[in-house]
Amino acid sequence: MTMPGSAAWEPTAAQAIIDQLKSKPGALLPILHAIQDRFSYIPEEAVALIASALKLTRAEVHGVISFYHHFRTHQPGRHVVEICRAEACQAQGARALEAHAKAALGVDYHQTTADRTVTLEPVYCLGNCACGPSVRVGDDIHARVDAQAFDELVESLKTERVEVR
Amino acid sequence: MTYRIHVPSDTTAKSLGADRIARTVEQLAKEQGVDLEIRRNGTRALYWLEPLIEVDTAEGRYGFGPVKESDLDSLFAAEFWKGAVEHPLALGLVEEIPYLKRQERLTFARAGVTDPLSLEDYKAHDGYKGLENALALSPQVIVDMVKESGLRGRGGAAFPTGIKWQTVLNAPADQKYIVCNADEGDSGTFADRLVMECDPFMLIEGMTIAGLAVGATQGYIYLRSEYPLAQKNLNAAIETAYANNLLGENIQGSGRHFDLEVRLGAGAYICGEETSLLESLEGKRGLVRAKPPLPAIVGLFGKPTVVNNVLSLAAVPFILDQGAKAYADCGMGRSRGTLPFQLAGNVKQGGLVELAFGPSLRELMFEFGGGTRNGRALRAVQVGGPLGAYLPESQWDTPLDYEEFAKVGAVLGHGGVVMFDDTVDMGEQARFSMEFCVAESCGKCTPCRIGSTRGVEVIDRIRAGENVEANLELLSDLCETMVDGSLCAMGGMTPFPVQSAMKHFGEDFVKNASNAPALAEEV
Repeated sequence: MTMPGSAAWEPTAAQAIIDQLKSKPGALLPILHAIQDRFSYIPEEAVALIASALKLTRAEVHGVISFYHHFRTHQPGRHVVEICRAEACQAQGARALEAHAKAALGVDYHQTTADRTVTLEPVYCLGNCACGPSVRVGDDIHARVDAQAFDELVESLKTERVEVR
Repeated sequence: MTYRIHVPSDTTAKSLGADRIARTVEQLAKEQGVDLEIRRNGTRALYWLEPLIEVDTAEGRYGFGPVKESDLDSLFAAEFWKGAVEHPLALGLVEEIPYLKRQERLTFARAGVTDPLSLEDYKAHDGYKGLENALALSPQVIVDMVKESGLRGRGGAAFPTGIKWQTVLNAPADQKYIVCNADEGDSGTFADRLVMECDPFMLIEGMTIAGLAVGATQGYIYLRSEYPLAQKNLNAAIETAYANNLLGENIQGSGRHFDLEVRLGAGAYICGEETSLLESLEGKRGLVRAKPPLPAIVGLFGKPTVVNNVLSLAAVPFILDQGAKAYADCGMGRSRGTLPFQLAGNVKQGGLVELAFGPSLRELMFEFGGGTRNGRALRAVQVGGPLGAYLPESQWDTPLDYEEFAKVGAVLGHGGVVMFDDTVDMGEQARFSMEFCVAESCGKCTPCRIGSTRGVEVIDRIRAGENVEANLELLSDLCETMVDGSLCAMGGMTPFPVQSAMKHFGEDFVKNASNAPALAEEV
């Protein structure tokens, strides 16, 4: 199972990522992706480094980060669980799944469980529309997720062995 | 003797356990001393049969599906690798399955047949013949072929592809770009994903031909971040294409040059709108640009740019290989060629159905789809994504054709068909359309940014029974303002599902209203 990167913040590592990508045309999105992939979110400190490297203001960088749903500025839980909210999944029971997920985890969208295992996010379509409701965890997509399958999935995330690095 | 089997590897097959199946098959084969070669194909996209294991035989490929891990012992006992054996999951020859046999797979001819990342496989199935032809042709001749094929943009707007290419070809510039719009955000659609996951070389070839046609040397695939497997497969295929001199400098010794890179979106539906996409590629907020100027004249980084959908570019290798006429011979009226329809939502036999334009929506949903998955009555169908109208039963005989759909106030869009049973609350669906627009509006124009928020509020008031008649009128008025006053299709089409829900399913809006009875009859 792929987990979002969770390396601790290191300015030198961030600077290396930025330096590697900054000369690409339209470099900002590739840089933001690379930073988030590495640190699991885009720390405030990174914004200043990016702005300086691309000769943008911090406000401009912040404006781009806040425009896109994918980018986050706070550290998520160990797993980000995304539930598809779009119509094809609605037609197969996604609304009931959403309600169940929120109740079972005790969080709303964009929130993280108290044990920091799961951050719940909505997503608008995973392209798995013939076999919904669909849920994404890391790079894995799960099909036909009902309440029971969701509980089993969360249980497997909770009990997953934590890798010691 | 070695037996060869195929286990699908696209996102949906994986989401249904195909990777686990492949691993267990491998393990069982080893334990039982069966000499099996397990290949990973893409998928045929007959999704109710996934995971669908296929077995190579002299007569063709035999299929078994949908396979669960618990079926493997009995499949091994039946020696499934021999193909024509008795088993409850035996499907016979895959290409004889009516769902597949009745299709006209031009763009998706290789999907599920080949190993997506094998260039050898791609070439063995007519791959790169189109580019080979194109390298010997002048740009104008290539553009003329695309024009003659009648190919229209498959992203939703259905603009003639050849005319767009001509505009870019005619525009003088030191740098031009080919941009592939792979931000397939419409719910109910997955055809772009299938191309990228199951046949990525086809898209690469199509973009390379587009580059030759208009004189562009750099291409970008703007891919949505919700498609991690497509990203992986595209990057792997691009690397292989570079290694084989099919991308980069001096392609196949022709002196022509084309570079290609995948760029990832970041979860913004609006970036499927071409000008918003270009802003995003430039590293900015995805704010929609006013048109004119057209992207064909002033596009990416201010240069002439072809922006085409995945399916439009994927159709190009076939046209260059088989000729414009072969493509144009399919279809009806001004809708030429094939459109890959995608059956989704509450459907028994969901998947990809590539057909020439013309059959009715009803045929698609019942003869292919087999009705709803849970067996309840089908009530509403949304065609063309979240900005497409909901069609009631009285419109299901509409032929699948851009113009015929327009006549009933609907759109074909990207070919997504989302089916809902009779438990659907169309008032709730209408509210969602507005809510989606609130979340996804880029905020540049007022009708879309503010109108969608007001739309949610008004629908909430109607559904709560507040001043229903006046609020329904207000909602109609708001929808008209959004249609007429928005800068792009986001605000301009969000009202389509709302208006169609009001028109055809008005009773749902007022069913919870305390003053509903009198009004319900009026609606």
